[in-house]
Amino acid sequence: MAKQYTIMKEDPGYYDYWPYENRPKITWPNGAKVAFWVAPNIEFYELNPPDNPFRKPWPQPSPALPGYTSRDWGNRVGHTRQMELLEKYGIRGSISLSTALCDHHPEIIELCKERDWEFFSHGIYNTRYTYGMTETQERAMIKDSIETIYKHTGQKCAGYLAPALSHSDNTIDLFAEVGTELFGNEAGFYSCDLFHDDQPTPINLRSGKRFASIPYSLEMNDTIAYLVQKITPRRYGQELKDNFDRLYKEGAESGTIMCIPTHNYQVSNAHRIKAYEEALEYITGHSDVWVTTGKEIAQYFLDNYYDLAQADIKQKNRNHGNAQ
Amino acid sequence: MGTLNDTYLKYPERSYGMDHNRYEWSMLSDRKPIEWPNEKKVALWINVGLQFFPLNQKGIPFKVPGGMTKPYPDLRHYSLRDYGNRVGIYRFLKAFDQYNITPTFAMNTRLTERVPYLLDKIKERGNEIMCHGFNMDTLHYGGQDMQEENDIIKRSLDQLRKLTGQEIKGWVSPAKNESENTPDLLKSNGIDYFCDWVNDDMPYSFHTKDGNLTAMPLPTELDDHFIILNNLHSAEDWADQVEDALDFMLKESSTQGGRVLGLSIHPWVLGQPHRIQYLERVLERFSKNDAIWSASPSEIIRCWKRQI
Repeated sequence: MAKQYTIMKEDPGYYDYWPYENRPKITWPNGAKVAFWVAPNIEFYELNPPDNPFRKPWPQPSPALPGYTSRDWGNRVGHTRQMELLEKYGIRGSISLSTALCDHHPEIIELCKERDWEFFSHGIYNTRYTYGMTETQERAMIKDSIETIYKHTGQKCAGYLAPALSHSDNTIDLFAEVGTELFGNEAGFYSCDLFHDDQPTPINLRSGKRFASIPYSLEMNDTIAYLVQKITPRRYGQELKDNFDRLYKEGAESGTIMCIPTHNYQVSNAHRIKAYEEALEYITGHSDVWVTTGKEIAQYFLDNYYDLAQADIKQKNRNHGNAQ
Repeated sequence: MGTLNDTYLKYPERSYGMDHNRYEWSMLSDRKPIEWPNEKKVALWINVGLQFFPLNQKGIPFKVPGGMTKPYPDLRHYSLRDYGNRVGIYRFLKAFDQYNITPTFAMNTRLTERVPYLLDKIKERGNEIMCHGFNMDTLHYGGQDMQEENDIIKRSLDQLRKLTGQEIKGWVSPAKNESENTPDLLKSNGIDYFCDWVNDDMPYSFHTKDGNLTAMPLPTELDDHFIILNNLHSAEDWADQVEDALDFMLKESSTQGGRVLGLSIHPWVLGQPHRIQYLERVLERFSKNDAIWSASPSEIIRCWKRQI
C-alpha cells in the first residue's frame, strides 16, 4: 500500500467539543422524542475495479466471488424484501446510493421513486475510493454523483456518505460546495460520515455554509454487526431494540436520533429478516417517534436548532477553553 | 495527495445490467413464480461437503478457510477435519435416515480415492454426488494458468466419475473460489450446474463459451462452517437461523412461488457430539413440514427448467 502524501492533522476540525448535557432542548415535530430513520445502502460493487494504491477492493485475486456475488444478491433478491418491510411499517427509506446503480439497475431506482424514497450520494461505485484523489478529482466524482441522482430521480441531493467510507481532508467541504454550485442551499447540507454524537451537530466548513452532521449509526449498521462483530440475527434485533429504548428515554429530555443503516445483502437474508422486522415493529409501535428521513431531520435541525446549537457551543467553549 | 490517474474516474462498464456478460440482470421478485411437485413450497437441498484438507497444504493463492493454519505438521487441524470423514459422517447418515431426508454429497475427488469404504457407503445410498474439486488445497483462482486449471478439473471429474459410476453433473469449487475461466472449463468438462456464485435464492442460467450452466443457490451465510467457525455462533444459533430462514421462505413462497433452501453442512463441524443434536433438530423440523420437498439439485433443476 502506498503512503499518503499529505500533512496529517490531529483532529479533523469539523466540529467542536460539545458535552451531552445541558444542551438547548430539541423537540421533534408533534413532540416526538426520537427521530427515527432507516438508511438502506443500495450499492454496486465492481467485479474488476481498478487498483487503488491505498486500499484493496477484494481479498482474493479477481474474480473475487465471495464478496462480489453476495452483494449482487442484495440487488437481485434482498432489495424487494427490505422494501416491502419498510413499506409495511410506514418507513420511507433514505437511500445511500452508489449512483452508478441508476445506470445498472434502473428498476430498483423506479421502485424507490414510486414510494417517494429519498436518495443521497454514496459516490459512484463502492469499489472506487476517495484515497489518492486530488481535490479536483474528488470534486468531479462528487459532482457526477449529485448530477446522476438529479438526472434519474429529480431529487436535489442533500446528504453524503463517502463511498466505502473513504475520505480525504476535503470531503465534507467539497460535498457542501458542489451542492451549492448546483442547487444553492437546497443541496449538500448534511453528512453521515461522522459518528461523534446521538444528536445532530453543526459542522464547521471553510465556506461557512450552514451544514449538519446527522447521526448514521455505525453501531447499528447491519454490516458492522454481521461482518465485523459477527453477532447472531436475534442478537442484532435485540441490540436495535436496546438502542432505541435508551434513545427514547433520553429523548424526553432533548430529542435524539436513531438510525438503522442497512445493506440488502445482509439484513434481507432469509435467516435475518425476521429479527429485523421484529425490531421495526417494536420501534414504530411507540407513540412519540418521528418516523422520517435523513434530509427531513437535517432540514428541521438547520431551520430550528442550528443557531441555538452554535451559540451554545461557542458559549461553552468560551467558558471552559475547550480545544477548538 | 493526488496519486491516482484520471482513468480512476472513468467507468467503462457503467451501463444497463451487470458489469460482465455471465448472466442477465433480473430481480427475483420480477420472475415468474415456480411451482414444485405436489404443491410443495420449499425445495430443500441438503449439501454435505466431504472434504480432504491435506497436511502438506500449499496455500496457493491463499490458505483455504478451514485448512491448516499452524506450522507443518498442523496435526490439530488435519485430524480435526479428518474426524468428519471417520466419525461425524456416520452420525449424519443415521440422522438423514431417521428423518427421511435426502442428502447430496459434494466430494473432493482425492477423498474418494483415499477412503473407498466411505465412498461405497455413499454409493450404496444412491444419493446424488457432486464434485467439490480435487482437494481443499487445490484452489481455482484469478490469474491461474488455463491449461493447468483444465487439467485439474478434468482429472477430478474423470476420476470421480470412474470411482462413483455416476455422471457427476454438479460442481462446487473449494472455498467457492474461481478463476475467470472456471465456468467455461466446467461446462466443457460436462458439468451442468454449479454453486459458487452466491447471488440468488433460485436457480438461474449462467453463460459460458459452450452454452449455459445452471447456477444453484447454496448460501454461504447459512453454511455451518461459516456460522460456527467464522461467525463463532453456537450450533444452537445455527439451528435458530436455519429455522428462521425456513419460516421466511415458506412465507415468501405463498406470494412469490417456490423457493430453494440450500443448506451446506460438514461432518467435521456439525458431526461433533455436542452439535449433532442441532442438526437433528432441524431435520426433524423439516420432516414434519408437508410443504418441504427434500430433493437433489438435479431434481430441482429438472423441475425448474420445465417451467422457464
